Amino acid sequence: MSTYAQPDGTLKGGRRSSPRSWRWSDRIVLVLAWAVGILLCAIAAGIVVYLAVQGIRYLSPTLVFSRPQTSASQAGSGGFLDPLLGTCMLALIGTAVAVPLAVCAALWIVEYGRPSWLARVVESTIEVIAGTPDIVIALFGLSVFELGVFAPLSFTSEKGGVFGQSLVIAGIMMSLLAIPPIFAASRDGLQQVPVHLREAAFALGKTRITTIRRVLLPRVRSNISTGVTLGISRIIGDTAIVLLLAGGTLRIETQGGVPVLNVLRGTTGSLTTYVYENSPAGEGGAPQKAYAAAFVLLMFVLVLNLTVERIGRRDAANSGAALTQGVV
Amino acid sequence: MRERLRKPWPDHRAERMLGAVSLLFAVFVLAMIVFVAVRAVPIFHYDGLSWLTGSGNLENQVSTMTNASVGARPSTYALSAWPIIYGTVITSVIAVAVGLVIAILASVYIVELAPERLRRVTVPVVRLLASVPSVIYGLIGVLVLVPFFNEHLITTGQQESVDNVVQLTGGGLGVASLILTIMITPIMIALICEALITVPVSWKEGAVALGLNPLRAIRSVHLRAIRPAIVAAAVLASARAVGEAIMISMVSGGKFFSPKPIDGLVFFYEPLRTLASTIVDFHEGLASPPLRASLYAFALLLLFAALFFSVAGYLIKLPLRRYQTRG
Repeated sequence: MSTYAQPDGTLKGGRRSSPRSWRWSDRIVLVLAWAVGILLCAIAAGIVVYLAVQGIRYLSPTLVFSRPQTSASQAGSGGFLDPLLGTCMLALIGTAVAVPLAVCAALWIVEYGRPSWLARVVESTIEVIAGTPDIVIALFGLSVFELGVFAPLSFTSEKGGVFGQSLVIAGIMMSLLAIPPIFAASRDGLQQVPVHLREAAFALGKTRITTIRRVLLPRVRSNISTGVTLGISRIIGDTAIVLLLAGGTLRIETQGGVPVLNVLRGTTGSLTTYVYENSPAGEGGAPQKAYAAAFVLLMFVLVLNLTVERIGRRDAANSGAALTQGVV
Repeated sequence: MRERLRKPWPDHRAERMLGAVSLLFAVFVLAMIVFVAVRAVPIFHYDGLSWLTGSGNLENQVSTMTNASVGARPSTYALSAWPIIYGTVITSVIAVAVGLVIAILASVYIVELAPERLRRVTVPVVRLLASVPSVIYGLIGVLVLVPFFNEHLITTGQQESVDNVVQLTGGGLGVASLILTIMITPIMIALICEALITVPVSWKEGAVALGLNPLRAIRSVHLRAIRPAIVAAAVLASARAVGEAIMISMVSGGKFFSPKPIDGLVFFYEPLRTLASTIVDFHEGLASPPLRASLYAFALLLLFAALFFSVAGYLIKLPLRRYQTRG
């Protein structure tokens, strides 16, 4: 088997130039390229295997299904049920806010997009949001939601001070992490829909908005779900926003007496802040628990990755485009 | 009213609705700049632009700020943030420089060299590396790499050579930029691969027909054709690298120190902080007004960096876009 193959996988016909006849510098580059490709696989395998070994060693049902306790000893500090629920709720709120906004923006830019300079501005602002560090988004969220107006959303002190921290605030700000991938996926999907589909709908006397609802949105459903999956994996992997805006507390602390609202207004942690706090970088008490939680988190990420892969394969995208999706 | 909502909307109203939602994003970015800037005003008020320099001792300044209460004296606002600006720049530069070489090689491997079966493994691997949460990278760094550096790489001699300046604990520039490289390389690989695929096959066939071997053809034709994409990839990766907070905060040793290249190999073992990791490290001190203003000033700097990188990326990609429409 030659070391050289065409992009489409077929070997070049005729006489192949054998690396043996190449210059030394070319041979070195060839070897390096292969080495780097294999090295990347080795690093990824190393991370997954190492976390699996450490995680499975310490993971137990009681750890997953018991609530964390504040305790000095590892034996007494309970499991990570609350952070797990916190992660799920944050992902839920984040995507619930992000999907309509991102899809609307994509629809407007592709289907209307007038005036065009404004469309370009909107597109680049979403790019800016994608490039803004999460820690800056967190500080911004804090400075906005501290305002007295937002007291109903926020965890407040007994004297009425507004902390600007709560589950729902963190969820809202986290939607910003999910918006760029959802927007990009739906925009690309819409752009791929052939024009004749739209023309057919217009010829039947449908308005643009009816075309969008009845023809385009059903067509790009799989693109949107790819975007949502990527968005969720961004959200569950984020630490800074949870730390600053959800309080990063060990347990879900409620605020007020109204059933659902009290959780939304309360503070919480997530798997990421749980890992952070239990590592030597945080309070540092329990590396075993950090490993176990990190393993659960990694499993979530792996599952989301596989989902993207599966949706992508159904759409038969080529490897390059599929690669950019979700990485950038 | 309900009847009106249920009926299909007229087009112009739908257009205005969707447009309004889209404009929210522009408003949002403006609001972000304004809010962060307003909170950072005290620093500019007391220090002007001198807080960007390294004239004072940041360690002492921050501890003064942490203990300050409301209505603190102006002197507590003294800030000289150069060590962490330098830390941000140095970690990002190292990570992007090393990562770019790896990314170019890896993209050539993925697009041109790897047999189909290996490529089908490598692509998901790259995507996985990009989506592993930074806290997991940080955890592995702080529990595996930092102890490894401490026990096996840092010798007692090296430790003693800088004993009077800083304590070497393992965490520092080396671990931080190593993990940062792994974190940002997938971004560059994705962008470079995407560009490599768009290069017409005939160009390479031409080069090979002229007697170049396939690898030489890739180097001299493909990589040259996608140069703007390579620069754009580096820019985007720098944006990611500059903003990385949690991982750096976990593995960088957590000291206001500027690693000195003059120290030789010890340079890589010296601890540091970056703008973003400092915000994470001190987020519990937000109640103190001077510290709060400083953290928002750091955030403002990061925000400007993000804006700068996004504009730069756009400008760099312009020629590439033109070439793609023509070809």
